[in-house]
Amino acid sequence: MTGLLTTRDAAPSTVEAVRGGRTRRSARRRVVVAVLATVVVVGFCVSLVFGQTTYPPADVLRVVLGQEVPGASFTVGTLRLPRAVLAVAAGLCFGLAGVTFQTMLRNPLASPDVIGISSGASAAAAFAIVVLQLGPTAVSVVAITAGLAVSLVVYALSSKGGVAGTRLILVGIGIAAMLDSLTAYVLSQAAEWDLQVAMRWLTGSLNGARWEQVVPVLLALVVLGPLLLLQTRDLAATQLGDDTASALGVQVERNRLLLIVTAVGLICFATAAAGPVAFVAFLAGPIAARLVGPGSSLLVPAALVGAVLVLVGDFAGQFLLGARYPVGVVTGVLGAPYLVYLIVRTNRAGGSL
Amino acid sequence: MSTGTSTVEAPTTGGAAVLRRPRRVRALWLAVVLLVLVGVALASVLVGSRDVAWADVVAALGGSTDGFEEAAVAKRIPRTLLALLVGAALGVSGAVMQGVTRNPLADPGILGVSTGASLGVVVGLAFFGMAAASTVVWVAIVSAGLTAAFVYVVGSLGRGGATPLKLALAGAATSAALSSLVSAVVLPRNDIAGGVRSWLVGGVGGGTYDSIRQVLVFLVVGFVVCLLSARGLNSLALGDELAAGLGERVALTRGTAAVGAVVLCGASVAVTGPIGFVGLVVPHACRLLVGVDHRWLLPFAALVGAALLTAADVLGRVVARPAEIDVGIITALVGAPFFIYLVRRRKLREL
Repeated sequence: MTGLLTTRDAAPSTVEAVRGGRTRRSARRRVVVAVLATVVVVGFCVSLVFGQTTYPPADVLRVVLGQEVPGASFTVGTLRLPRAVLAVAAGLCFGLAGVTFQTMLRNPLASPDVIGISSGASAAAAFAIVVLQLGPTAVSVVAITAGLAVSLVVYALSSKGGVAGTRLILVGIGIAAMLDSLTAYVLSQAAEWDLQVAMRWLTGSLNGARWEQVVPVLLALVVLGPLLLLQTRDLAATQLGDDTASALGVQVERNRLLLIVTAVGLICFATAAAGPVAFVAFLAGPIAARLVGPGSSLLVPAALVGAVLVLVGDFAGQFLLGARYPVGVVTGVLGAPYLVYLIVRTNRAGGSL
Repeated sequence: MSTGTSTVEAPTTGGAAVLRRPRRVRALWLAVVLLVLVGVALASVLVGSRDVAWADVVAALGGSTDGFEEAAVAKRIPRTLLALLVGAALGVSGAVMQGVTRNPLADPGILGVSTGASLGVVVGLAFFGMAAASTVVWVAIVSAGLTAAFVYVVGSLGRGGATPLKLALAGAATSAALSSLVSAVVLPRNDIAGGVRSWLVGGVGGGTYDSIRQVLVFLVVGFVVCLLSARGLNSLALGDELAAGLGERVALTRGTAAVGAVVLCGASVAVTGPIGFVGLVVPHACRLLVGVDHRWLLPFAALVGAALLTAADVLGRVVARPAEIDVGIITALVGAPFFIYLVRRRKLREL
């Protein structure tokens, strides 16, 4: 009797504790998402207003609304606006896709730029530019197809009675090594001008972004983004391990294939437009995890972090560092120490993200 | 190794015989490998974008450089020597790294040691105007050593120590991080970008007697250190506790052997650029031929590595005639599938 009574007494307090924790966490998540969204908007506006010449916000607004403003129409409307939109869109894509992989494979190293997907897209693009002499649109198509194909090959090669995260990462690294050497060979055969084009592309750069490049990324984001967000619940379940997930009613293999194809699609479209901006996909997830804290979905925060990284990296690369660096160099230098720190932390604590 | 070993060997049967190949088998393989090595070296002198006749080869070996053919051969001789030397260095370096870390996935490329050496050299070239070839070698070796130490420490953090997968992951992550730094250093510097980019692919095409002379001392020192630590590596293979129980000073042995491997790897990177996967594939092949005894394994790794790299170089000259494919590309294309095969094996046995 007494035992029953105590459980009855304890029950409401446990429920309250759980409820309280849940409210606190979701409140924190809302705050983080709101702050990140604000940062993205502010960064977007800053990169429209400031530059070699600074235009008053009123002029910029009029340009964005479609009015003709002498001077500003070209600089802001033709140069800065597509660039800023591409930065945000590509950042969102990279962040979403990266965190999907990292969550699904339960390992922060499993980001598309480590496991060979970016290498595949890059090798194909270099081949298309240098050997096939294709134009920008065709290059994008080739890069997207190759990225998808490579991800499926990596997936197939690493599945052996279920896909183990570590094995997939190492297989991906092996594939990446082969593809990188192909890229190196293609580049060594390139003529001087093609080399310039290919290198700009391979570094990840928003220089000379045009609307024709931006629209496909936006479309991919609009189509594939929601598809990915719909999987949030299943993704959270896969994080508990394959067996637990399938016990919870997730069709693990089908779900995983769907996630991979969607995420790779996002990555490839963004890569086709902006090049493989180094480590954005890799960094977004862990940073978002740190900001949001455990126990809630990272997809939206990570996407926003990705957008912030690309925007800030591009702006810093253009105006804050003396010489003009492409955004990929900035994020690469930022990402390298973080990558090392992450592997130290993962090994020491055995943590997953 | 004369009568003493044979009396010990006589009673052993079964499991021990698998590990310890009979001396006749080893001698046979030694002959085969030497034969292949000579054949490959000859092919490397004979084959190229221009075919040459025997007479020209003989004349060129005598020092004559009259006419196109003989000049071509004269250019190919140092290139072949360099390929042989660097291949041997990478093979031994990989075998020692696998022994020191007891990790079948260890390789100068996968553990990030080559990338570390590249970063050191690139930084020196870009920011400090490093020009002297001997400085390049020193810088490469020192940065290779720092990277190796770092990766090993990181890989052995946490539960379970330096397991094969953890170490490989730590190396790969470090390698990815360092190579992004390399491209950040190189990209904005158009003055050095062209030369550095072709160097980063890894090739022996630029081999001259001069470039060989600059690294020869380092390579010889590295070989000697590695060969001297062969016995120690055999004890380490039994596990640290058992090795210590047998009177091996574990840390010292491991340190010495690692220094030898790092010197070999750093010196090769300095002269040819990073060439991947030779150090991974060669020791595995040699273990199949002569077993796990490092006193046999290391010399074999040198011979097989030399043969493999030279063969890859010849292949690179043949497949894309009249152009050439750098040997670093060929080894990656051949070696990476092998790496994937190793990773796919169900359980990664510690060595």
